[in-house]
Amino acid sequence: MAAATASRSGLRSALPLLAPAYLWLTVAIFLPLSAMVFFSFMTELPLSGKPWAFTLGNYAAFFSQSLYLTLLLASLRLGLEVTLWCVVIGYPAAYVLAKVLKGRSREAIFLLVILPFWSNGLVRIFSWAMVLREGGILDTALNAVLPFKINIDLMYSYPAVIIGLVHSYVPYMVLTCYLTLQAIDDSLIEAGRSLGASRLQVLKRVIIPLSMPGLVAGAALIFVPVVGSFMEPRILGGRTGTFYGTVIEDQFVAVFNWPLGAALSFILLAVVLVILAVASPVLRRAA
Amino acid sequence: MAGVQVSDVSRSFGAHKALDNVSIDFADGGFYALLGPSGSGKTTLLRQIAGFDFPDSGRITIGGESVERVPVEKRRIGMVFQNYALFPNMSVADNVAFGLSVRGEARAIIATEVQRALDLVQLGKLGGRRPHQLSGGQRQRVALARAIVTKPRVLLLDEPLGALDKALRVDMQIELKRIQREIGITTIFVTHDQEEALTMSDRIGILRDGRLVQEGPPEEIYDRPKSEFAATFLGDANIFRGDTTGDGIRLPDGTAIAAGAGAKLAAGAKASCAVRPERIRIATDAGAPDGTANMLKGQVSKRIFAGNNSTYFVERGGQTLKVIVQNTGVDRLAEGQDVVLRWSPESTVLIAAG
Repeated sequence: MAAATASRSGLRSALPLLAPAYLWLTVAIFLPLSAMVFFSFMTELPLSGKPWAFTLGNYAAFFSQSLYLTLLLASLRLGLEVTLWCVVIGYPAAYVLAKVLKGRSREAIFLLVILPFWSNGLVRIFSWAMVLREGGILDTALNAVLPFKINIDLMYSYPAVIIGLVHSYVPYMVLTCYLTLQAIDDSLIEAGRSLGASRLQVLKRVIIPLSMPGLVAGAALIFVPVVGSFMEPRILGGRTGTFYGTVIEDQFVAVFNWPLGAALSFILLAVVLVILAVASPVLRRAA
Repeated sequence: MAGVQVSDVSRSFGAHKALDNVSIDFADGGFYALLGPSGSGKTTLLRQIAGFDFPDSGRITIGGESVERVPVEKRRIGMVFQNYALFPNMSVADNVAFGLSVRGEARAIIATEVQRALDLVQLGKLGGRRPHQLSGGQRQRVALARAIVTKPRVLLLDEPLGALDKALRVDMQIELKRIQREIGITTIFVTHDQEEALTMSDRIGILRDGRLVQEGPPEEIYDRPKSEFAATFLGDANIFRGDTTGDGIRLPDGTAIAAGAGAKLAAGAKASCAVRPERIRIATDAGAPDGTANMLKGQVSKRIFAGNNSTYFVERGGQTLKVIVQNTGVDRLAEGQDVVLRWSPESTVLIAAG
């Protein structure tokens, strides 16, 4: 009884602190999202007095045309590949930041990792365009160094999309892994080695299992937005850059078929949630 | 199993000399304590023997094999850490099995060896638990079982009992000693607790500022300290400073103190004498004159009663002397009382100055 009263008064005093965040989330996310759910079941946008009706047709469109499923699978593959590259690039960097570097040099390297966050996304992508195109920075630099002539034109290709996305999202992986790696006591590594384990065995049996929560969090933070991404595929991928996210974007900005765009979005959301729900217990058990 | 020889080992971190030309011989099967205040280099020395860090110069051998450039995982040592360092992602049994499993031992052999090691530390039934479900003392036992299950050549302990409370620590001291005797492994034990060093080890090495101050059996270091630091760091001591007379010293006020033990020094040099508080007899009168005993007069300034004994603080010529008297139920002295202190030259150790 006393405990219940205490927790209720605790909630009341916490309310002024919680209210701004929840009010903002309600206005900025919940209401527009509800409107989108509503739109996704309409035949037309109720603008300029057009007649409209409720329909399941927008969802049926996904299943009747194989193109959407093909694009969704391509986007999921893109998400998987980008996430894997982020692990391959980000995890070693996080390890060095957490366990090898100390003091000033750690701060400096950390800053370099965070830097992409501070630059505008569009600027970032167009800088890649300048680097990757034929006669661009990479092409010119390599030809200046190499004795033979090679032609580097990565622009408007699948690798270009991967490069751009990995660059945008790798800091998430570095940050989440850094946090879990830093929490691992150095004496655990020393204990492992004193028992005869090589550095690689210690990494496999102690460090990676203990940093699994960071890897999972980083993967979730990267995989979800990459599957729905449209900016990098459009600018760096060109004609090859047609993915599920770009199709959704088309429905909103080009074709002006909001109901279909909304329906495709919610299908993506459902698929991603199912994947996360299935994957997270498996990964947690592995840890 | 094997002995460990450390010869002329030095190690600096920047301008700081953590180890300065240290040589110690750890004989096969012995139990050694490395004792010193924090920053004395005792842990640095242990880390050189373990192989976590390499010396700038000098030699380290384990079982006669030179190891100073061999990485830790190839040295076949067992180590117990102050914070236990158990793997939180593994069960107790998996923690103990780790060393055997990275070596690629067969599952059946691992299972028997792990059970035997857990039985040895009296945790035979707790193999399925996780480290966070154990008490501090139990974790320490698991850490010990994990360190010895691989049959290492030498067991290294870095302040292993430091995180335990007093009663548990005494239990673990006895336990550790029993296990060490049972498997007969060369054991090197780092501690800053002098009592622990005295009660557990066959030999003690005292370190200070990266140098080995003195090394020997506990009795020898306690009864025959070679420096004021050794005398006061291991146990309590009254120190008198003056000029040597050859077989003792003369205090600045002219009083002679005869020393029957310690260094042989040429007359005239600066020197000190150390006397343990429990070796001094305290009385209210001079009694029958005794030609050989050292004698000083003083006044009791304070008495601390500790049950089985009392400590008297006696003021004498600007110096406070400590005397410990067993509680016999009689002869309790009051503060402010004039007293006579007596002790034999055999209890007086002559120490060279510096």
